[in-house]
Amino acid sequence: MSPLSRREFVAAGVAAGAGLVIGFYLPHKSEGSAEGFSPNAYLRITPDNKITIVVARSEMGQGVRTALPMILAEELEADWKQIEIEQAGASTLYGDQTTGGSASIRTTWDPMRKAGASAREMLISAAALSWGVPRSSCTAENSHIKHASSNRSFSYGELANKAATLPIPTDVTLKQSKDYKIVGQRLARVDTPAKVKGEAIFGLDYRMPGMKYAVLSRCPTIGGKVSAFDDKETKKISGVNYVGKVGDSAVAVVADSVWGAMEGRRVLNVTWDDGANKDLNTAAVRASLKQSASKKPASLYSAGDAMKASGRKISAEYELPFMAHAPMEPGNCTAHYQGTKCELWAPTQVPQDCRDSVASAIGLDPDQVKVNVTLMGGGFGRRLEHDYAVEAAQVSKAMSAPVKVVWTREDDMRFSTYRPASLHQLSAMLDGSGVPVGLTHRIIAPSISGQKGQPTPNGVDPDLPDEAGPVYGVANYSIEYVLSETPVPLGWMRSVYALQAAFALESFIDELASSANKDPLQYRLHLLAKDQDLQYFTTTWHTARMRGVLQLAAEKSGWDKPLPSGHYRGIACFGCFASYMAEVVEITMEKDQPRVHRVVAAVDCGQVVNPAILEQQIQGGIVYALGNALRAKITIDKGRVVQGNFDDYAPLRMEECPVVEVYAVPSAEIPTGIGEPSVPPLAPALCNAIYAATKKRIRALPIQS
Amino acid sequence: MADLTLRVNGSEKKVSVSPETPLLWVLRDTLELTGTKFGCGAGLCGACTVHVDGSPIRSCSTPVSQVAGKSVTTIEGLGANGLHVLQQAWIAEEVPQCGYCQTGQIMSAAALLAKTPNPTDEQITQAMNGNLCRCGTYERIRKAVHRAAGNGGAR
Repeated sequence: MSPLSRREFVAAGVAAGAGLVIGFYLPHKSEGSAEGFSPNAYLRITPDNKITIVVARSEMGQGVRTALPMILAEELEADWKQIEIEQAGASTLYGDQTTGGSASIRTTWDPMRKAGASAREMLISAAALSWGVPRSSCTAENSHIKHASSNRSFSYGELANKAATLPIPTDVTLKQSKDYKIVGQRLARVDTPAKVKGEAIFGLDYRMPGMKYAVLSRCPTIGGKVSAFDDKETKKISGVNYVGKVGDSAVAVVADSVWGAMEGRRVLNVTWDDGANKDLNTAAVRASLKQSASKKPASLYSAGDAMKASGRKISAEYELPFMAHAPMEPGNCTAHYQGTKCELWAPTQVPQDCRDSVASAIGLDPDQVKVNVTLMGGGFGRRLEHDYAVEAAQVSKAMSAPVKVVWTREDDMRFSTYRPASLHQLSAMLDGSGVPVGLTHRIIAPSISGQKGQPTPNGVDPDLPDEAGPVYGVANYSIEYVLSETPVPLGWMRSVYALQAAFALESFIDELASSANKDPLQYRLHLLAKDQDLQYFTTTWHTARMRGVLQLAAEKSGWDKPLPSGHYRGIACFGCFASYMAEVVEITMEKDQPRVHRVVAAVDCGQVVNPAILEQQIQGGIVYALGNALRAKITIDKGRVVQGNFDDYAPLRMEECPVVEVYAVPSAEIPTGIGEPSVPPLAPALCNAIYAATKKRIRALPIQS
Repeated sequence: MADLTLRVNGSEKKVSVSPETPLLWVLRDTLELTGTKFGCGAGLCGACTVHVDGSPIRSCSTPVSQVAGKSVTTIEGLGANGLHVLQQAWIAEEVPQCGYCQTGQIMSAAALLAKTPNPTDEQITQAMNGNLCRCGTYERIRKAVHRAAGNGGAR
C-alpha cells in the first residue's frame, strides 16, 4: 500500500461560532489512484460539547457507522459515549463513497486517524494558549484537555471556537496500537437498539407526504423490450393512478399503496419483444465458457515458468454457476423530482453513482440531484448498482410527484446482476514426493466491469487484482485469465471473483495432497514453509501470514485430534482484499448430503478495530458462503432467469447453521478487509471435508445440484 | 374497498382498504408501522411476522379482512413498556447486522417463549426455521432466545 500521507488535509471550514470543523481527505478507491485524495468525512465539535462524526460510507450491516468513527475517536482522545454519528449523502466534498471491496476501514484508516490526531493537537494548542502554558504540559483525555500541574481542564466543547481559529498541523504523531483505548475494543454497535425496536429506517421504510408507490413490469427476457401494453384492467384497480413506460424495457404501475401497485401490475398486459437472447439457456452459457477456454489468456501472476516444469501431471476442471445476492430488503428507492432538482432516499452502496446516473437519465446536472443514504437491509454488492434509483427518478419525473419504487422478491431474483459463472482449468507438475514444481490456474469468466463498459486493461477484469492472488510459493506458478462474454447481467457479489478462484484452487490443492497421500494441512504448510513475499499487482502476499492463519485454524479446530465417529474435516485457506483466512469445516454425511456442524475460522486482517464486529462479519460471511455452496444457482431458460423466490433459491436456514468460531491473529499491521475474506475458503473446505468422508470430489457448485 | 376495524398494539384502528390487502401493507402503508418488513411476499422468509391473538403469522400472506376484530401485535407494540426481554437479549448478544429481518425474528421468538418459556435448541430451531437471515445471525439468535428465556422471556 502506498503511504496515505500526501495531502489528506486541505480544508478547515471555519464558521464563526460554529466550532471546529475539520474536513479531511482519503484515498480514492484503490491506492495510487491518479485522482488522488479528496474529502470523505467530517468531524464537528460544537460549543455545546457535541462531537459529531460523519460517516461517508453506507451501513448495510457491516458496522461502518460504528467502526469508522471509532478510528477517529481514538486519535481524538474522545469519550466514545459522547460521539454522535451522522450519515453523509452523496457529495462532491467527499472522495469515492463506494462501499464495497471490503475497503471502508482499510482506505479510511490513515485519514481518519490523522483527522482525529490533528483535531486533538489543535484542541491542545487552544487550551495551552488559553492558559498561557506550554503545549507539552497539556494532555488530551476523555474529551478534555487537562493541565495536570494546575489541576485545570477544558471540555472539547469549551475549546471548539478557539481551536477553530488555529492552523491545521500538517504533521501529527499518531498513537501506538499499545496505547489504544477505543480501537480494538468490543464496543456495542450504534445501530443495534433502533434495529431491534423496529425504529430503524431502511430504504423501504422512508416515507414523505404525497408519496406514490411504483412497481415495474420488466421484460423477463434478458435484453428484451416492451412492444406494447394494455392497462385497461390495471386502471380498474383501486388507487392506481399512473401506468407508463420506463425506458425501453419496463412499464411502471403507480398507485397510492404498494399493494395497489402490485395488483395493478398483476393484471397489466404487456407484449414483449424478446430480442436476441430468447434462446439463451444455462447449457449455452457453459458451452461458451468452454469455448473461451482455448483463447489466449492474460497473465495475472507469473513466477518462474510453469510451462517448462516437468513431472507427474495432474489436471482438473472446476465450474461455478451464476448466483444472486438476494439481500433481505428488496430493491427500492424514493425519488422526488421537482423540475430543476431531484432528491433521492436511497439504500445504496454508491450514492455518487446514483446521483450521476439519475442526473443523466432525467436531464439534470449532478449537482441538482441530492442523494440521502438510508440504512440497507443487506447489500452484498447488489446495491452497487443504481437501477432502482434511476427508475424512481424517471417515474417521479413522469408523475411530478414523490415516488417510491418497490421491487418484489421475484423482481430482485430475476432482474439482479449475477455473480459471473466461471470455468477453471488447473494443472500441476508434481515432483517425486508429490509436491508441485509447476502450477497453473486458468480462470475463464466474463468481466463484470467489462460488461458495464468500464476498462479492462490488458484484458484483465479490474477486480481480479484484489481477488485472485497466489496463495503458495510454488516456484513455477501461473495464474491466467480469459475474458469471456455473456449477455447475462453481471454484478459484484460478496467476495466477487475470490469465491470462484478459491473454490478451484483450494479444491485442487486438496486433490494434490490426496494424490501424494499427505495430510491436507501439512501439505499446505509445506507449500508455505519458506517465508516469501508474493507480489500480485499492488498487494504483497506473505506466505508467513498465510501459514499463520492455517496453523491457528488447525490448532483451534483440534486438527491433530481424532473426531467422533462419522465426523470428517476439510481445510482451505485464501487471501483476498489484503486479508488472510483459513477455515476448517467439520461435517457428517446424512443421506449423501453434508451437514456442517462446526466451522473454525482464523483471520489475519491486521489491527482489529472492533473484535465484535469482526466476529459478526466472519460468521455472516461463512453462513452466506455455506448457503451459496450448498444451493445457490441461477439458471437461464429461454433467455429468462428461472428462479424467483426463496423456495427455488433457498438460502441457509437455522436448522442448517453450524457453530462458527472466529479467531484473529493479533496484529498491529494496517487493517485489511473483513466483509468478504471469510466467504471464499468455505466452499473448498466443505468440499474437501466431503471428499474426506466419501472420496468423492466435487468439482462443480452448488453441492446440492 | 371495505371499512375495517383492527386492534393493533392495543388500540383500535379504522382502515378503509380493499379486504384482500395483505395485513403487511395495511400495517406499513396505512398505519405507518414500518417495523414489520417486506421480504418475499410469499410467507417464505418471516420478515413480516406479527402476532394475531398471540400466534405468529406471516402478514404478507394474510388478507387484512381475516384479522378484523382480532388483536394484532407488531414489533412496535412488543416492548410497550420499555424493551422486551428478547429485545434486550438481542442487544446483549449483538444479534443484528443489517437488522432487516430481526423484527420478524424477534416476533417469532416472542411467540415461542410465550408458549415455551424454556425452549430446547430443537424447539428454537423449529420455531425460528421459517425466518431467513442473509447476514447469518442464526447462532446469535439461538443464544439470544436462550438468554431471554433465562431472564423470564415469556413475560
